[in-house]
Amino acid sequence: MLIRKPSDIPSSAISSKDRYLNRRRFLRGAAGTIAATGAAALGAERLGEVFNPRITALAGTKLETVKSPLSTTGEDLTSLEDITHYNNFYEFGVGKGDPARNASGLPTRPWTVRVDGKVKNPKTFDIDTLLKLRPLEDRIYRHRCVEAWSMVIPWVGYSLSEFIKQCEPLSTAKYVQFLSYYDKSVEKWTSESTIFWPYSEGLRMDEAMHPLALLTFGLYGEVLPNQDGAPVRIVVPWKYGFKSAKSIVAVRFLDKEPPTTWNEQAPNEYGFYSNVNPNVDHPRWSQKTDRRIGVPFYAQRRTTLMFNGYGEQVASLYSGMDLKKNF
Amino acid sequence: MKRSTLILLKTLTWVACLGPLGLLIYGAVTNTLGPDPTANIELTTGYNTLLLLILSLAVTPLRKLVPRLSWLIKFRRLLGLFAFFYGTLHMLTYVALYAGFDVHAMLADIEKRRFITMGVAGWLLLLPLAATSTTWAIRKLGGKNWNRLHRMVYVAAVCGVIHYWWQVKPGVLSPLRLTLVLGVLLLSRPVLAWYERRRVGVVKG
Repeated sequence: MLIRKPSDIPSSAISSKDRYLNRRRFLRGAAGTIAATGAAALGAERLGEVFNPRITALAGTKLETVKSPLSTTGEDLTSLEDITHYNNFYEFGVGKGDPARNASGLPTRPWTVRVDGKVKNPKTFDIDTLLKLRPLEDRIYRHRCVEAWSMVIPWVGYSLSEFIKQCEPLSTAKYVQFLSYYDKSVEKWTSESTIFWPYSEGLRMDEAMHPLALLTFGLYGEVLPNQDGAPVRIVVPWKYGFKSAKSIVAVRFLDKEPPTTWNEQAPNEYGFYSNVNPNVDHPRWSQKTDRRIGVPFYAQRRTTLMFNGYGEQVASLYSGMDLKKNF
Repeated sequence: MKRSTLILLKTLTWVACLGPLGLLIYGAVTNTLGPDPTANIELTTGYNTLLLLILSLAVTPLRKLVPRLSWLIKFRRLLGLFAFFYGTLHMLTYVALYAGFDVHAMLADIEKRRFITMGVAGWLLLLPLAATSTTWAIRKLGGKNWNRLHRMVYVAAVCGVIHYWWQVKPGVLSPLRLTLVLGVLLLSRPVLAWYERRRVGVVKG
């Protein structure tokens, strides 16, 4: 009988941890589908429950919040209508209006966030535990998309650092990776692009610990609508929008830079850092200006600020770094 | 075809071709162009340019396949000119709402960004075609020369589709549909020509 020793397996044949995790999550999705089919077989009266998860109705529920000194002031808020109908959430279609139409099936309860990697002990947090971990704050932030449009959004959440403290990362943890929900049976639009799912984003540890980085549960004082990344997402206001991963199911602490979705898709267009920077053009357009969403066409154009206007708070994170090279 | 039918169909074509512009103007006046009006104007005009170019390129293969539809030729110039019209609006939108009439920014864009270079190239190729679209110009150039010149529309359409692919994010497949249709229309030309030659050959033989 041939028993392979570990040294017989070429390293090229070992799945990377990401692919492994992706497959596991895929299998979990498949198991869910089988369970749903089984439940449907139990009786027609339960069909409604299977196809219309009770939970999607949570969006819009009022949240109890407190004010935050970290809010941006003096700018008109983008309307709730525009924030919820102009989205990039490619799992639900590549059109800006697609997520609003297609994301209603996202099952936001039960929901857990798995924490693993360089931590004292791997843990799983329930969404309702996370909601009660710290008081929820209203945080108004500018939101600048790499596509050169911008919004002003009143998010609800608390500093990501508060959550990270609960994760008890080891001193060897230098980066943190966020993985988004992925289930092909819910997100039927993932083949509209050639992206490798699940969506992955990451931050350097000191960036993630910055008080402005927000673990986000709501907007306009209410539970996040599905298309905006329910039930929990990241918001990093000084970086381009795609760094702010939506619908988080796993947080991983790593000793090296994690692979991130858009960086893998086009490394010359989307850097790992992707700080808002008017001095570094995107290969296909200038980043010096942006279009504010929800105002007439003749009034949209505005100047993009370094670090999206949060330079005073975050510039020190990058002192000594060449931001043209590390874009 | 009866003259009254032709007039009716031409009127309908005009209305259909002006439709997208009408909706944009209505949207601009009532401020209902959606969350990102600038992008809406740019995408609508760009998409209609390609759509009209493709429709104008469908006329010849359709006439060859279905001889009863040979009257479609009376609509080709209209479709082509409207394609140029929307292409021009598309470019002016870029000049006004994206570059803010800043000549240096525009030159830098053309030099640095290949999707803009490709778009400008497509528009420049359409320009002489639009200029020589009058009956007078056709007579002046002679049918043969005119035909040869107007074959540039194939290159212009390909430029347009490449411009679209290079503008979207890598991996996004939105331009696929228009690309496939254009591919079929361009391929149909040599295929139909080959088929025709064979038929003529059989008759001769």
